[in-house]
Amino acid sequence: MADQTREAHTGFEHLGIPDRAGVGLRHPHIPAFVRERPPAAWLEVHTENYIGAGGPRLRALEKIRQDYPLSCHGVGLSLGSAEGLDKGHLANIKAVIDRFQPGLISEHVSWSVTGGVYLNDLLPLPYTDEALDIICRNIEHAQEALGRQMLVENPSSYVSFKSSTMPEWEFMAAIVKRTGCGLLLDVNNIHVSAHNHRFDANAYLDAVPLDKVQEIHVAGHFVQHFADEDGTDRVILIDDHGTHVESAVWTLFRRALERVGPTPTLVEWDNNIPELDVLLAEARKAELILSSVRAQHSSMANVHVA
Amino acid sequence: MSTLLDIQEAFRAGVLGDDDLPARGFIVEDEISSDRRVGIYRNNTLISLSKALAACYPVVERLVGERFFDQAARAFVKAHPPLQPQLLAYGGGFGTFLDGFEPARSVPYLGDVARLEWARNEALFAEEAPIVDIAALQRVPADQYGALCFRPHPSVRIVRSRWPVQSIWQVNQADEVKPVDLDRGGETVLVMRPTSQVVSQILTAGEDALLAAIASGATLEEAAVRAAETDAQFDLQHALVAHLQRGTFCTVSLETDRGTAE
Repeated sequence: MADQTREAHTGFEHLGIPDRAGVGLRHPHIPAFVRERPPAAWLEVHTENYIGAGGPRLRALEKIRQDYPLSCHGVGLSLGSAEGLDKGHLANIKAVIDRFQPGLISEHVSWSVTGGVYLNDLLPLPYTDEALDIICRNIEHAQEALGRQMLVENPSSYVSFKSSTMPEWEFMAAIVKRTGCGLLLDVNNIHVSAHNHRFDANAYLDAVPLDKVQEIHVAGHFVQHFADEDGTDRVILIDDHGTHVESAVWTLFRRALERVGPTPTLVEWDNNIPELDVLLAEARKAELILSSVRAQHSSMANVHVA
Repeated sequence: MSTLLDIQEAFRAGVLGDDDLPARGFIVEDEISSDRRVGIYRNNTLISLSKALAACYPVVERLVGERFFDQAARAFVKAHPPLQPQLLAYGGGFGTFLDGFEPARSVPYLGDVARLEWARNEALFAEEAPIVDIAALQRVPADQYGALCFRPHPSVRIVRSRWPVQSIWQVNQADEVKPVDLDRGGETVLVMRPTSQVVSQILTAGEDALLAAIASGATLEEAAVRAAETDAQFDLQHALVAHLQRGTFCTVSLETDRGTAE
């Protein structure tokens, strides 16, 4: 079972995404990936950064793509938009996917576009039947237009809505069931939202369909302290991908992995982007946990065989 | 009953506006106020889009300083939020916005510097194309040169300014900035990315006229006449060789082929 590679629907079958630790490819690190082929099991890019007619950025990714399995992670499709998807943008995404043949494609359970304006943030949805119908319709539209299954990522959020009628995990489970999409489980997002909305992160893991998880994200977050009106110290967690992964998130990662089994795992770092070595060291931490869980799983498999 | 669309429109107003009021009625409040919660999204949006502008306009930022730039960028984001979910395509109107931005009035060339930087950004991501091979051109009989039609490389952009805009851009590439004499007059700048690097150069009035005529479909002879009318000293052969070497043109054809195959 070790190093089992998931089948990818691409022309680069040998470059399917392995059940190992990858890193998010960010602009400052591109020259190093082009020149030195640093050790990362796979890479993920933000799809929108590679829309474009030409230029050195596309050329660099084409070169890198020959050496690494690749995942395209979208940040602009706005699956939760009440007004539906932007067909032009969907066509641009399709062109990026056709060009780079990623092993996995993913997007978010959130929205960014309303009235044709793009707010460049992953904004929260109310968990209602109406929102569920809309996002399922949009995911089906996207999967149809892109001609393949996509994964959707659980969000981090700072507000909850009065109109919500179900918890987030129920909303996520319903999306997966209705659209046949896969899950990208972001354990940092679970940790951040569990704190901000006071739910139990472990209960979240119990409730989402873990058998549909095909990728896991880990990242750092920012702990914002502030004093409320009577001077009490309050804390809100902000999902800024701007620092090391916190130990509580590694613990949650291990717990998720023990249940899901070895799964492609990505370290995301988008703000205060460090030297590549620091990012790769973070991926090695994920790799250690993956190896240990892989060993547990294979010994359990041996017991079954015996 | 609130629908998703109501919530999204209210949220947009709360994110691009000054407070959470439009969205407050939809949000659960506890010891952490709706304003603080919505404020996180407002910050994310304004900071990330201002950063995207700063990445595109480094010389403008250097000319006015980080704080001033940030103010201008936030005002621009609020007035002109992106209409495409693609940051590479965002910010083309910043130069025009700066022209009318009252606090920037004392830096009258700022808008033109922004337009030059935007041209560089567009050139960087423009379509790729081969450049005209000079050797192939040498096979054309000399008496047919006048009928040649060139097509500018798809990355070509021209920026015309009444300020020495390329000189201002150039001195701001170094750590130590040498002063530029603003009275030296305007500059017309050719920006392009013939291979992997974006390059920019000042055009003479004759070259400007030549390239403008070529871009509008004129033959080399027609374009040369236009250039000579503009600039009596214009040296066609020198200019043509220089532009062929730099990669300004991607195709060449004879007038008889014009409008058909290239």
